[in-house]
Amino acid sequence: MSAHRTVGAVGSRALLHLVIVLACLVWLLPALGLLVSSLRPAAAVASTGWWTVLATPFDWTQYTLENYHHVLVQDQLGRSFLNSVLIAVPSTVLPVLVAAFAAFAFAWLRFPGRDALMLTVVGLLVVPLQTTFIPILRLYSQWGLAGTFLGLWLAHTGYGLPFAIYLLRNFFSALPRDLFESAYIDGASPLTAFFRLALPMSTPALASLIIFQFLWVWNDLLVALIYVGGSPGVAPLTVRLSSLVGSYGQEWHVLTAAAFVTMIVPLSVFFALQRYFVRGILAGAVKG
Amino acid sequence: MRSEKAWAAVFAGPAVFFVGLYLVLPTVQTLYLSFFDRNSRSFVGLDNYRYLITSSAMQTAFRNNLLWLVVFTACTVLLGLVLAVLLDKVRYEPVAKSIIFLPMAISFAGAGVIWRFVYAYRPAGATQIGLLNEIVVALGGEPRAWLIEQPWVNNLALIAAGVWIWTGFCLVIISAAYKGIPRDMMEAARVDGANEFQIFRYISLPALYPTLAVVTTTMIINVMKIFDIVYVMTNGAFGTEVLANRMYKEMFQFRHFGRASAVAVVLLAVAGVVMAVQIRRFREEEGR
Repeated sequence: MSAHRTVGAVGSRALLHLVIVLACLVWLLPALGLLVSSLRPAAAVASTGWWTVLATPFDWTQYTLENYHHVLVQDQLGRSFLNSVLIAVPSTVLPVLVAAFAAFAFAWLRFPGRDALMLTVVGLLVVPLQTTFIPILRLYSQWGLAGTFLGLWLAHTGYGLPFAIYLLRNFFSALPRDLFESAYIDGASPLTAFFRLALPMSTPALASLIIFQFLWVWNDLLVALIYVGGSPGVAPLTVRLSSLVGSYGQEWHVLTAAAFVTMIVPLSVFFALQRYFVRGILAGAVKG
Repeated sequence: MRSEKAWAAVFAGPAVFFVGLYLVLPTVQTLYLSFFDRNSRSFVGLDNYRYLITSSAMQTAFRNNLLWLVVFTACTVLLGLVLAVLLDKVRYEPVAKSIIFLPMAISFAGAGVIWRFVYAYRPAGATQIGLLNEIVVALGGEPRAWLIEQPWVNNLALIAAGVWIWTGFCLVIISAAYKGIPRDMMEAARVDGANEFQIFRYISLPALYPTLAVVTTTMIINVMKIFDIVYVMTNGAFGTEVLANRMYKEMFQFRHFGRASAVAVVLLAVAGVVMAVQIRRFREEEGR
């Protein structure tokens, strides 16, 4: 009996590993194909499958950086990269700062309408951005904010706030009450309590939120498409990439390199700070 | 503190301003605009909504959104659940989890390029450079134009790309909840002779219901707004359009702001239902 059982156990163990490895391959191979193709010469990409390099993966002569030179210089992806940075950094700092103040008020200050406002914020978490585009775009055309960095920064601030407030309020309200009460007894103002107590004690939550918002903005296509469109001086990488897809269609050596350029920053952030990223997602979805 | 209200105004004021200007006001305005003509000059009653129901382009978009809603939501949540349970049993769980979670870090535009390349098509007999067709040919099948064959093949191909991106999100959240289930309960069942499936069915699954509800809600909210993947991979060609892409076209291609607003209102209505559920959940949590 025990022999039979062991064979069965070994079999199901092997099946388990097989399923998991297969799943990992499904997730890994498409991305690997992109990376490999971006490093192969144009003629090779067009004539043979990218997996053919796996026969001799360490034959360095089959790789080239030509495609990256092409997209960065000829297709001006270098400029778009800079735009993405110029868009993402203020669009992260501004909403996190505004949200932190508001979250503190929602968690630790009493004022009329507080609960109603907080409920509004929670409700706004699910409002599709689509319902805001037309009126804001019109406003922007009047104010000359369409096609500007400033317009995008402000829009991302508005759009990022509900999630940021929600996440930080949950974190702030979990801090011990005595702490703030004794600070107030000692004569501290809410401003002091905010900067000296709430913020320093919330570094993990802030880190998660900053990473989350940064990646969201960096990866955003739609908001940028609506408010700045394709103008090369302002358009971020995602917008530029999608227009390259339109103009290059099947020239995969260019497209794969361009796509990888858009991913370098998020991938670095992901590998360096995965822990915080995951924590942010968990905090946003399930409370506590 | 007598000046608590004043402090609250200082702390929460900026957030209220941004949320009001960028989310609340425009949403109300869009609702209003949806009853006006293309330039928002004359009142047209329900004409725009009549167009939503009767035009064949809109019907296609509705059908596709429904397909996305069902297939995408079911696949991401189920795959996330199955993988969370399976990965818990192996020692290389962190690595496998990172691999499956990885697409969450990159832009949907980038992922769109990855999958366009996976679906690359060459006629039968020619060397395939797309991974999927290479596999199909190797298994003795005919290569297919995955993004052109309508209506099922191309829409499901797009949905597969979406599932590839979002499964990691579901996995991470479900996995965290799974690890929170007390292990001694499972052990006790195991000692009593329950098999793995019974343990999953009668212990793990009921314990995971709240989390699965949250994840499913999140996926439904996401899927209704799906835009980037379709925009980059087919731009709605060959009957793959979804509501968000339709709205974008009504805005920028046809310049019909009444219809675009009406599409946005439909997205909002769906979100509204989800929002009601979300707010109720928030209230229950606060009440505890």
